[in-house]
Order: sequence, then C-alpha cells, then structure tokens
Amino acid sequence: MSRLINGVPPRILAMLAVLLALLIAAPALLGGYGLSVLILVLYFAYVGQAWNIMMGFAGQLSLGHALYAGLGGYAAAGLYFHYGIGPWAGVFVAVAAAVIAGGIVGYLGFRFSLAGVYFALLTIAFAEFTRIGFDNWPWAGGSGGLFLKIERNVVDIANLRGGPVLFYYMILILAVGAFVLCRALLESKLGRYWLAIREDAEAAQAVGVPVLRCKMLAVTISAALTAVAGVWNAFYYNNLFPETAFGISRSIEITLSPIIGGLGTLFGPFVGAVVLTGLGEIFTDLSDWLHIAGMKQIFYGLALLVIVMYRPAGIWPWLARRLGLEERKS
Amino acid sequence: MSPRAVGARLEIAGLGKNFRGLRAVHDVSFTVPAGAIHALIGPNGAGKTTIFNMVAGVYAPSAGTVTLDGREISGLRPDQICDAGVGRTFQIVRPFKGLSVLENVTVGALHRHPHLPDARAKAEAILGGLGLHDRRHHLAESLTLPDRKRLEVARALATEPKLLLLDEVMAGLRPTEIDVMVAFLRELNAQSGITILLIEHVMRAVMALAAEVVVVSYGEKIAEGTPNEIARNQSVLDVYLGEEEVA
Repeated sequence: MSRLINGVPPRILAMLAVLLALLIAAPALLGGYGLSVLILVLYFAYVGQAWNIMMGFAGQLSLGHALYAGLGGYAAAGLYFHYGIGPWAGVFVAVAAAVIAGGIVGYLGFRFSLAGVYFALLTIAFAEFTRIGFDNWPWAGGSGGLFLKIERNVVDIANLRGGPVLFYYMILILAVGAFVLCRALLESKLGRYWLAIREDAEAAQAVGVPVLRCKMLAVTISAALTAVAGVWNAFYYNNLFPETAFGISRSIEITLSPIIGGLGTLFGPFVGAVVLTGLGEIFTDLSDWLHIAGMKQIFYGLALLVIVMYRPAGIWPWLARRLGLEERKS
Repeated sequence: MSPRAVGARLEIAGLGKNFRGLRAVHDVSFTVPAGAIHALIGPNGAGKTTIFNMVAGVYAPSAGTVTLDGREISGLRPDQICDAGVGRTFQIVRPFKGLSVLENVTVGALHRHPHLPDARAKAEAILGGLGLHDRRHHLAESLTLPDRKRLEVARALATEPKLLLLDEVMAGLRPTEIDVMVAFLRELNAQSGITILLIEHVMRAVMALAAEVVVVSYGEKIAEGTPNEIARNQSVLDVYLGEEEVA
C-alpha cells in the first residue's frame, strides 16, 4: 500500500480521497437517473482502463475488445441460466475464456509481426467470427439472445441479483481496482517494458526486453479485465445478443474514453468517460426536447471531432496542466 | 561500473549474409580479445551494420558463427543476446521518443535491476558519466542529435554489457564533442575492461581509440591491423581512404 502512494503529491491524494468519498456516497445523494448515468461513467472508465493497457501502454491497437467482454458475459450468464452457477464462480470461466481468446489473437498477431492496422483488422475479424458463431449456437440462445430473469427487488450478492445500487458498488470497486492495478503495473518492470515497446519495439528488444512475452501479457491482462466487465454487464442488463455483445460498435465504444481522455494516462479513461457520457446524455435530452430524431448521434460525432482536433493528446493531459497537476506522461 | 561489466571476447568466424540473392556479407572472420577496443571501417554499403546486426541478433547469419567468450550466440533473439552481455547502439538513433531521458536509460537498466528504484539509480549514475544528467527529465524527442547519440550509448551501457557495439556514435558530433566521447569511452574501457567494437567513419576517433582496425569492402574483409598499418595499406587506401587524409 505504501508503495502505491509513494511519490504521489499530498494534494493529489487529498483530491482522490474526496472524489472517492463522493463516489461512495453517491447512491444516497443522487436519484435513480443520476445513479444510472454514473454507472455508465464507471463502466466506461473501467473498460477504457482495460483497453488502455494494450493501446495506451503497450501500443497495440485492438478494435475487437467486444470479443473479451462478450465471451465473459456469455460464459457467466450461460452458466447461471443453464446450471444456476453464480457469477462469482462464472467469472473465473469468463476470464479463462477471454485469456485464451486474447492469447490466440495476440499470438497470431505478434508472433507473425502484424503491426498497426493489420493487427487491428485481426482483432476485428476475431470478434466478427465469434459474433457469427454465437448467432448460431443454441446453448447461448443464438441470434434471439440470452435472457436472465429480472430481479430488481432482491439483494442477492451471491448471484449478483438486485437493483442499481448493487451494480453501482460493483462497478465502483472494479473501476477503482483497475485504476490501482494500472498504476502498480506502470510502476513495474513490465509497465516500463510496455512503454518501451510502444515507443520502439526493436530498440526495446536490443536492451533486453522480451517483446513477444510482454505483448502477450498486455493482451491477456487486458482481455481478462475486459471479461470481468462483460460479466457485470450481462447481469446488470439481464440480456445478451451476439449483435450487440460482439459488434464493432461495442468494440469502438470501449476505445473512446481513453482516446478522448488521454491515451496511456491513468486518469484519461475516467475523464473521457465523464465527458463522453455527459455529452451523450445532454444530446439525448436535447434531441428529445427538440423532437429531432438522430440529432444525438450527429452532435455526439461532432463533439468527438472537435475534441480530437483541439486536444489530440486527450483532455486529461491538458486538464492536468490547467489544474497544476502534472501527471508525468511516461 | 559494476564488477560484472568485465569484457568478453568476441569471435566472428566465416560470417555471411545474403538478402534474396544479394551478398551483403561474405566469409568475414575476426576476433576482438576481451577488454580490447577494435574498429570496423569501410565505405558506405560495405556491410558493417549488417555484421553488427548479426552479432546483435537482428539477423540470423546465412553462414558462420558469432561466439562470445566461447559461447555461440548467433541465432539467438536480440533480447537474449543482450542478456548474454552484448549492448548496441543504432546508427540511426532510436530513442524512446515519448519517454524522458532518464526513463530511456532506466528501461535498459531494468534488465539487470528488475526493481524500478534500483534501475533508476543505475540510470542516473550512467547519465552523470555522459553529461546528460541535467537533461534527465527532458523528453528524448527534445534532445539535439549529439545528445541523442549520448543517450544511445547510455541506454546500451545500462544493460551492463561485456561487449559494446557502437554504430557511428561520433557522426554528427563537433570535434570537441568527439574528443569528449573518445575520452569517455577510453575511461570506460580502462575502468571496467569492457570490450568495444565500433563502426566509425570519423578517423580521428578510430585512430585515438582502436588498437586494431578491421576493414570491409563489398561485404568482405580486405585488411586487418593497427591503425598505422591500415593507414599505409595500399588496398585500403584504394577502396576507402583514397580521397581522405588520415588524421
């Protein structure tokens, strides 16, 4: 613990403590709508953090992260639906499935030196194969989907059945845990090796970095974390369809918060999730109020365009400078 | 330098490399004794960097072997060769641009010091020796070319090699900067006994540092000897030094 907060200025620690206290108190302070928005923010912060390990730290572009979230969700939901096996056991199966899938994608891509967009295409292809497979797999409900019974009025932590407050605290723990894990990773040999690979893999290898092994660790750790989000997602929404679980739009939406917030930074995924979810809600309300269908998507797209144009390194590095909180961009 | 940075003997025997029929290096053999400084010279395109890349594991040789202290290292991956004790710089510098100078060197030091604070301390010490200490928090991409060359050397040294391969680290330096680098390398060699093989076009540095010089042309070794012998060797003068005055 002391190692984790070592070297962090007291001012940042104090701000983080206040933020955490507010997040813990949020269910008492916010109404149902506010809480549902905050749940979305934390979900995107969490999956963004997971994806950031691959792209932001190790520099490997994955546009198929829905594969890991989808496999995780289906594994845990399927076990619960068919055999009554709760998600606390199911999550191990979910993580194992995602790690195997990530291992296959990573090994094919990295062993045969597929770089940049070609690697990204491979990740999309695997997510798409899997989507088609699940469309035709009766055990998983096929294209008709898999549904869990909605039980909002119980609090059954063992089976993750309950209302929004339960899921809020689950995703809060996950988001905080992922943040702490990523900080610990960045401050380790493996984390530094990832940054070196991101900057120049050949030069990294010349100073003793086992490039293939480090990249494999990046993809499998990232896939494992993403699978946990998939489990949470399945039990929160109580339904799974191959079209949405493995679709490209799910993959893209995972990448947005770290890109908008700041690739390779620890706070970027969180800041990006706040901004993106906030904008999404505002534009939804605005288009309802003006009765213009599709306005949300257009404005959302424009907003992303503007942010990427004017803050290409993301919002967080700029915000941190404005607040006088230099997060050493390493 | 730490005690493990003791020089290793490099033996290159019958080394050859073909690229799709192009014979880049053919039957090159030479030895660098432990603790010696030798230079590898030759006109552009002679195959010097290709030889380096085979020693460092970037290319597997088409023929021949590379041995370090009697252990064959040819065919190993670059990170394994680094582990065996070979450090190298790149002719076209390749710093980790988005990382600070200190972090660049720390990555190198992590190989033998897996604990981050230890690696950082090691990196700080090396940066001091190369005059980069006051720029340690600058991003590597903000450095001038001479500083980037120093950074290449610092990062390679951080892996605590027994053999250091320097690929044109003097190119682009001013004469006074060359003298500083020469003095640093000579001091490093004297203190730690590290073996150094350098590719160099700057004759001033070759003459000042190398006990022996190997000359390659069109992928083949054409001469080997002390700097003074090489400076008088007619075939070397023909292919390489013809228009240049030996300093």
